[in-house]
Amino acid sequence: MSETCLSVQNLKKYFTIGTDFLGRPTQYLKAVDDVSFDIPQGTTMGLVGESGCGKTTIGRTILRLHDLTDGKVIFNGQDLSKLSRRKLRNLRPQIQIIFQDPYSSLSPRLTVGAIIGEAVSAHKIVPKSELKEYVLQVMKDCGLQTHYYERYPHEFSGGQRQRICIARAIALRPRFIVCDEPVSALDVSIQAQIINLLKDLQDKYGYTYLFISHDLSVVEHISDTVGVMYLGNMVEYGSKEDIFSNPLHPYTKALFSAVPMPDPTVKMQRIILQGDLPSPANPPKGCKFCTRCPECMEICKTDAPEFKEMTPGHKVACHLYK
Amino acid sequence: MAKAKKDNGHYISRQEEKAIAKYNRKMTKELEAKKHRKNVSEDTYLTTMKDPKNIVEFDDLHTYFFTDAGTVKSVDGVTFSVPANSTVGVVGESGCGKSVTSLSLMQLVQAPQGQIVKGSIRYNDGEKCYDIAKMPSEAMRQIRGKDIAMIFQEPMTSLNPVFTIGYQLDEVTLLHNPGATKEEAKKKSIEMLTQVGIARPEGVYDNYPHELSGGMRQRVMIAMALVCNPKLIIADEPTTALDVTIQAQILDLLRSVREKIKGSIMLITHDLGVVAEMADFVVVMYAGRIIEMGTAKEIFLTPKHPYTVGLMKSKPVVSKKVDRLYSIPGQVPNPINMPQTCYFKDRCDRCHTACEGPYPSVRKFSDTHQVSCYLYDDTNTKDNDSMEVAK
Repeated sequence: MSETCLSVQNLKKYFTIGTDFLGRPTQYLKAVDDVSFDIPQGTTMGLVGESGCGKTTIGRTILRLHDLTDGKVIFNGQDLSKLSRRKLRNLRPQIQIIFQDPYSSLSPRLTVGAIIGEAVSAHKIVPKSELKEYVLQVMKDCGLQTHYYERYPHEFSGGQRQRICIARAIALRPRFIVCDEPVSALDVSIQAQIINLLKDLQDKYGYTYLFISHDLSVVEHISDTVGVMYLGNMVEYGSKEDIFSNPLHPYTKALFSAVPMPDPTVKMQRIILQGDLPSPANPPKGCKFCTRCPECMEICKTDAPEFKEMTPGHKVACHLYK
Repeated sequence: MAKAKKDNGHYISRQEEKAIAKYNRKMTKELEAKKHRKNVSEDTYLTTMKDPKNIVEFDDLHTYFFTDAGTVKSVDGVTFSVPANSTVGVVGESGCGKSVTSLSLMQLVQAPQGQIVKGSIRYNDGEKCYDIAKMPSEAMRQIRGKDIAMIFQEPMTSLNPVFTIGYQLDEVTLLHNPGATKEEAKKKSIEMLTQVGIARPEGVYDNYPHELSGGMRQRVMIAMALVCNPKLIIADEPTTALDVTIQAQILDLLRSVREKIKGSIMLITHDLGVVAEMADFVVVMYAGRIIEMGTAKEIFLTPKHPYTVGLMKSKPVVSKKVDRLYSIPGQVPNPINMPQTCYFKDRCDRCHTACEGPYPSVRKFSDTHQVSCYLYDDTNTKDNDSMEVAK
């Protein structure tokens, strides 16, 4: 493993959901509550969890699309959360994001060439005279035919649009890309194309990805390390092998057993979790998972478990493991 | 610019546009009039089932959409049946016509542009057998929601936000049992809510849809489908909008519900995992046609069609390692100008000279397993692909 590309330390992001009559916040929604992880250069970290567990908020907070409440995001030796707007702007090309929905994240009024080229010219990545050539080169890298340059997004299918989004992100020569559910809105056969593209680009240019997804099989395929989130907390973190072959946290186990296998002969030993995700505005006391945990103990209802390292690199937050 | 547009196949001249609009008006007017006939005697839409054990038989169903850009053949000659007491899974990518097939069965295709043009859908209610494709919409109302119920994909948008859950559930009972009183309807609704595993049914009865989570709303939808003890439940992507843990709950519920009502489920999904787990029979659709169908074991253990094989290889599976995912190249052809040949030809990696011919006919491997592909013209060909997936 080489040097760390991005380091998130004790990240907290609270949204205000209630204020008193003077406008002072009285009630918070703890979307992300004390999450830490490092991503080494050139690797992919997968982030899994149910909807509403704060995966997307982490991605957006890293990019400072949301301002964080507390904690540090260290990229390239600099704390992103403390940078001024101007300094951050200079860093922007190096951190990019690919959004979930390729239908709403492309401007319908710009041509493909303009979409990809806009940020390139704004950040002066290449001289103006070479702009078109550069954009065409990026399009080729992403598997887009060069005669698409003059076309508009509505002429493309979902998979092609996602390629445009990827081209837009990599045109800035980033080091780190947040992929926020990039394949969830796509069909299976197109999903495979996009996943392969992301992997090829990583091999070629050494990008670092934070891959956010709720699809465990996709995360297993693409990631080197995996973090499992539940209600704003990270409950388990480790290398892909650790997490998938030896899951420790009861939530991780339940999550894995819930994935349907495309094989009618395999009858899974399924752990079906009872109930729904509790409201993040009013999470349960103690361990947040205690309301649905099949192995809940007395201590779980009162004390929140620590996030401890069980074996080197494999961390878990659960009272079952001392 | 105009030339560039012509190349991409979207371009139609003013004259062509006019001709299309004229044709569409003529066709939709004719078909709409047929649907809205009044006082039709039952004999005109009574038929007989091919196999009395089936609940529904689709026979050469064609559902077209008459759009401004031309006719889209969403469902183009689909034939399969749903046997009693079983689950039939229909899989395919978006736009392959799986939802339109189920909507045709409910007579809920977006009219006037969407119309059943040809073919029949035979429905067996135990005593009589109706042809839904020929039924006037007035008569269909007696069946829809009562004998055949549907669960939609988006539990968020398929409940009315301005009425309470209780009101919406009662409505079903009151509509289909004209003698029922409000008290009976309420009792029935609460019973149904209990049956689908809602913890405090009386509370939920008075709630509005926005007060419930996605999983709860989907349970309400299932409860609503169950009120009249349907013979067939159509579940159109029932778990796509839900998280995996909730998905597991809902699938478990659907399975127990099927046993309780002793009916059938037609499960429409793009998730092969869900199909493998739930379905007894699987129908794989591509671009409006069935390319392969068979029992779940036949489809998953010995898939024959290159598309089915590709679909299975392109989905990563937990605890199965591959360096690189297989990806089917290209995209589904433009639905307005479908080629005369096999629709999958341009994306197929096992395409050979015979594929240049017309659309391949159906080849049978067993009583249930059938494929439309030229690869198996010569039955001696060993199926290497299926072996590869099975291991």
